[in-house]
Amino acid sequence: MTLIAAEDLAVRYGARTVLDGVTLAVEPGEIVTIVGPNGSGKSTLLRALLGTLRPARGRVVRAPGLRVGYVPQRLALDDRMPMTARRFLSLPHRRSPAEVAAALGRTGVARLADRQMSGLSGGEFQRVLLARALMGAPQLLMLDEPTQGLDQSGQAAFYRLIEEVRRDTGAAVLLVSHDLHVVMSASDRVICVNGHICCQGTPLAVGAAPEYRALFGLGTGGALALYRHAHDHSHDPGDRRDHVRGDDHDRRPTDAGGRAGGAARPASGGAAGRTAETAIPAGDEGG
Amino acid sequence: MTDAFLLRAALAGLGLAAAAGPLGCFVVWRRMAYFGDATAHAAILGVALALATDLPLFWGTLAVALAMAAAVSALAGRGQAIDTSLGVLAHSALAFGLVAVSFLPTVRADLTAFLFGDILAVSRRDLLFVWGGAAAVLGLLAWRWSGLLTATLSEDLAQAAGIDPGRERLVLTLALALVVALALKVVGALLIAAMLIIPAAAARGLARTPEAMAALAVAAGAAAVAAGLSVSLALDTPAGPSIVASAAVLFALSLPFRVSRSGRGG
Repeated sequence: MTLIAAEDLAVRYGARTVLDGVTLAVEPGEIVTIVGPNGSGKSTLLRALLGTLRPARGRVVRAPGLRVGYVPQRLALDDRMPMTARRFLSLPHRRSPAEVAAALGRTGVARLADRQMSGLSGGEFQRVLLARALMGAPQLLMLDEPTQGLDQSGQAAFYRLIEEVRRDTGAAVLLVSHDLHVVMSASDRVICVNGHICCQGTPLAVGAAPEYRALFGLGTGGALALYRHAHDHSHDPGDRRDHVRGDDHDRRPTDAGGRAGGAARPASGGAAGRTAETAIPAGDEGG
Repeated sequence: MTDAFLLRAALAGLGLAAAAGPLGCFVVWRRMAYFGDATAHAAILGVALALATDLPLFWGTLAVALAMAAAVSALAGRGQAIDTSLGVLAHSALAFGLVAVSFLPTVRADLTAFLFGDILAVSRRDLLFVWGGAAAVLGLLAWRWSGLLTATLSEDLAQAAGIDPGRERLVLTLALALVVALALKVVGALLIAAMLIIPAAAARGLARTPEAMAALAVAAGAAAVAAGLSVSLALDTPAGPSIVASAAVLFALSLPFRVSRSGRGG
């Protein structure tokens, strides 16, 4: 049974359409990574699925009684508010000490239970956030850029942890990633969003290629993989979310492909001068 | 009993400290200091309104403080840089209030009582309002505590858990207006925000959880009231400012005892 699905979803901020015609579904136990350039609406998509944003069109269908664990992108938690990791896990619902200890143990931060949240490192902080999301045995974990600010080995370690959590709890994972090309290798599906769904598919397993080893650094244990974009359209050059001008969206795969001896061919989406695309319904590519 | 007025003053001060402690923590956590100032300054306008219409002072102040808090909250909810509009609102409310009060000849001499409080003249009736208001604020905060904390940390996190951040903002707005109305008599319009922020800031260094910080803020506020009243009695200084000055000294004393953030640096 599908855990959560978006059907022809559109979200507007005032007059600006941020997302249009998005259709997707997450099945039990699946790991789905959403990528997209800055301002592409990937966090908006997550919020709409969470139900914190009301869609302008379309709808979100959740499995009845769906339990969601959420890791937000940011927390207004600095030195002004005293907060131990242990206390944080009981927000907003009071949890038993055993449940708190178990969740902190699962994410490998049991020793930090009595530490102040504002004193944790980036990786430790994300693990405590993940532990909080695990409260109440969720069927679906939604993570908004959980590896932002982590270095490559920190990212790899966090991705491995998510994989373990999926293996142990069977929870599906819907993850928004700030990196367009380097994704969690355990992703069953990668969805590239830029106002609509541009393309989707499986990440490229590149663990064996020495070129990628060099690119990703050693010791990531195969947790990282490349995602090869396969857009069959380009955006209007006047579009604010233009693929061509969207910072590193279409530049980096070329570099990576070159270094990897052509293992990842350049995405076609960036081809300038293509017909402006406005009417292709989202979700038509490979979905 | 010659000391009855002193007892009433102490009880009024403690009532304020009890309500201002936990609320002040939210003011600190949410960076609402200016918000508190604007609401407090509007209280003077409320005084003028109450006197002109023969309303009880408490209700006049509460009504205007509520209107101001709601206006500021609506501005803040838009998420824009609101420094300027807040400044305009806060100071014009104070200026208009002072001008309006000057039209009421009987009150003119008493203006300092509204600006700096008149805790030694607290009546039994005032005491009833202070403790009634404090109980309402504490009840409101206790009832919504978990939701308020979650919404303070992250609106997304709150919404994902089924908590409406807008409703939690409203709770804080209401509590703030109540505290302003009950604190006017105790420390005066100019120093209400100080009673919110300074005890909470003093408590921050010693607390490890939000709840501990709220409780310690109440304790710090109560100690400041006791110390301020003693000083005021001994040295014949104005009571309200003496209480705030004592709170400031407590804050300074708390600095060396700050709980380190973590075992390591950074």
